Amino acid sequence: MAKTLFEKIWDRHVIKTIDGGPSVLYIDKHFIHEVTSPQAFKGLENRGLPLFRPESIVATADHNVPTLDQHLPIKEELSRVQVQKLIDNCKKHHIELYGLGHPYQGIVHVIGPELGITQPGMTIVCGDSHTSTHGAFGAIAFGIGTSEVEMVMGTQCLLQSKPKLMRINVEGSLNKGVVSKDIILYIIAKISASGATGYFVEYAGSAIRALSMEARMTICNMSIEMGARGGMIAPDSTTFDYLKGREFAPKGADWDKKVAGWKTLFSDKDARFDKEINIKAADIEPMITYGTNPGMGMSVSGHIPADSEIEEKEKHSYHKSLDYMGLQAGAAIKGKKVDYVFIGSCTNSRIEDLRMVASFVKGRKKAEHVEVWIVPGSKQVEQQAIKEGIDKVFEAAGFLLRQPGCSACLGMNEDKIPAGKYCISTSNRNFEGRQGPNARTLLASPLTAAVAAITGEVADIREFI
Amino acid sequence: MSKSINKISSTAIPLDQENVDTDQIIPARFLKATSRDGFGENLFRDWRYNSDGSPKKDFVLNDPTYSGKILVAGKNFGCGSSREHAAWAIKDAGLDVVVSSFFADIFKNNALNNFLLPVTVSDGFLQKTFAAIKKDPDTTIDVNLEAQTITLAATGDTEKFEINNYKKTCLLNGYDDIDYLISIRSEIENFEKSHA
Ligand code: SF4
Repeated sequence: MAKTLFEKIWDRHVIKTIDGGPSVLYIDKHFIHEVTSPQAFKGLENRGLPLFRPESIVATADHNVPTLDQHLPIKEELSRVQVQKLIDNCKKHHIELYGLGHPYQGIVHVIGPELGITQPGMTIVCGDSHTSTHGAFGAIAFGIGTSEVEMVMGTQCLLQSKPKLMRINVEGSLNKGVVSKDIILYIIAKISASGATGYFVEYAGSAIRALSMEARMTICNMSIEMGARGGMIAPDSTTFDYLKGREFAPKGADWDKKVAGWKTLFSDKDARFDKEINIKAADIEPMITYGTNPGMGMSVSGHIPADSEIEEKEKHSYHKSLDYMGLQAGAAIKGKKVDYVFIGSCTNSRIEDLRMVASFVKGRKKAEHVEVWIVPGSKQVEQQAIKEGIDKVFEAAGFLLRQPGCSACLGMNEDKIPAGKYCISTSNRNFEGRQGPNARTLLASPLTAAVAAITGEVADIREFI
Repeated sequence: MSKSINKISSTAIPLDQENVDTDQIIPARFLKATSRDGFGENLFRDWRYNSDGSPKKDFVLNDPTYSGKILVAGKNFGCGSSREHAAWAIKDAGLDVVVSSFFADIFKNNALNNFLLPVTVSDGFLQKTFAAIKKDPDTTIDVNLEAQTITLAATGDTEKFEINNYKKTCLLNGYDDIDYLISIRSEIENFEKSHA
C-alpha cells in the first residue's frame, strides 16, 4: 500500500495500538533543556523509577541563560537555580549535557542538527513546541509537555494518536528578497494560526527542494504556529550532504547503509493526505506580522486589514490585538519606526542567517535610534561567525553580537524588549508579552530585519538589493 | 492534584477571547520554578495585573461576578508553547474544566495528563454558553464525563463531546499514561531488539 513519509516512519515506531485508543510510539532521541525537565526528573524520583535509556537523551541550557558574560555566574537567582538543577540531574542520571561553557552549547533545536544527532527516519521529542524543526531531516519530531518528558525518560515511549496528514506544496522559484522565513509566514497567514491543528504537515514541491537544510529548518520550525503537531521534509542529497562528517552522524560502512535506508523515506506517488494545499512561490513577497499571533502576517508593502475585511465574530479579538500593537486597521506598515532588531532564536540564528544579514549590512551602518541584537544559535555558530569575520561586519555596523541562547525570543532571561517598544524579530512568536511585558513584536525574515536595522523602520528589502 | 474526574457541576468564568496562547496563560518569566506547585498565582498574569501589581479591573478573572471550576474560552485555546505549566496553573487556580470550540493539540494532552478536562463544543454551543453565563453569572453548567455531555442548566441545551475511550477510562479511574507504559516494559524491550 502506498504510504506517506510520515506513515513510513510512524509504522516503524509503533509497538502496539490500544483498542479505540492511542498507539504506543517508540522514541529514538530525546532532547531536554532546563525549563521543562526538572519536574519530570522529580516525578521519576517520586516513583522510584530509573531512567530507561539515558544514552538517548541530550541536554543543553538555553532558555534561561544570559547572552553576555556567560563566564560569570547567572545573576538572576531563579534562573541560576534552574540551570544548576539541570546540571545536577544530568550528572546523577548520566546524561550528556552541553551546558554553559561547553563548545557545543546552544539552542536545543540548533545543536541537534548541527551535531548530526538529528537524522532522517527518527522519532524525536523535546519538551518544547519547536521540536518540529528537526522534521526538516525527514524525522517525526514534535514537542511534548513535562508529563510526557517523564514518560519518555521512564519508558522511551509515548501514547499518541495518529494525527491527520497534510501536504503543502510550494512550486516554482522565489522572488528576489524572499527567503524561507517568508514562505512559512506566508503559509501561516494564509491558513491561520490554527489552520493545521490536528495535522502533521509535509512540505514538498520544487521551491522546498531547492532550499538548503538551514532554510528547511526555518520552515519546519514554525509548523507549530499554524497549530500543526510537526512538519517534515523528505530527505534528499541536500540532507545527506549536510549530515556527512558531522560529529554524531554515522561513519564509514554504517553511513552507506544508513543512507540507503534514508533514500526510501519519501511519500509514495499514490499516498493519501487528508488535506493538500498548493502554493505558488511567485506569489510570496517579503512578509511581516502586524498582530499578536503568527497568522496575522502580510506583505511588507501591503496594508493591515481594514475593519470591513474582518469577520464579525473575530472583530473583538482583532481590535484587541491591534490596540496592543498600537497599529491602525487599514494602515500601511512600511515606514513604521522600530526600536529594536532581534536576529536570533531557533528559527533564524544559524550561520546562513548570520551570513545573509552580514552580506546586506556590510559597509552600512545601523540607524541611530535602533538597538540591534544578534544572538547566534550555538557556540559553534558563534565561532564560525568569528572565523569568517562576520563579527567585525556587525561591529562596524553598530550591531551587538551576543552569546548563544534563546535570548529575546521569549522574555524569560535577562534579554527583554521594554514595554511599548517595537521589535523586528526573526523569532517565531508575536504573542502579547512574548518578548517582555507589553513589548510589540513584528516577525520577519533576517533580511527584512537587517534592512530595518539600517533604515530604522519597516522597509521593503526589494528596494535595496 | 485531584486525580479522577467524572461529574462537575459549577458556575463558570467566561473568557470571550480567541487564540488564548500559553504565553498569556502563564508568561515565560514565571516558568523558573522546579516544582509543579504554585503556578496558579501567576495564571493570566499580564491580563490580570498591571505592572505595579494592582489588579486590572476589567479582566474577567478579577470580576467578582464570575467564579467557578469551569473556564469557557474562545477557539484555539492553549496555542503556542508546549509548557505544561499552563495546565498546572489552570488546575492550581481551582479549575477542573476548560470549554472551547477548539483546543491546540499539545495543550489538550497536557491538560488530560493533569486531570484537567478539555471539553470541545460546537461554535454555536459555545456562543450559547457565553450568553447564558453573561445573562446569569450564577447559572450552572453540568459536565458529565461518563456520558460525555455538557448541559446548560439555564436553557437545558445539551451537547455530546468527544474523548477517546482510553483517555476517558484513565480520567474516570485516575490512571496515568506512565503507569500503563511501565506495565508494558517487557514489550518495549522486545521491540528494541528488532528496532535498528
Ligand atoms: S529560541 Fe525561542 S522558540 Fe526556540 S527554543 Fe528558545 S524560546 Fe523556544
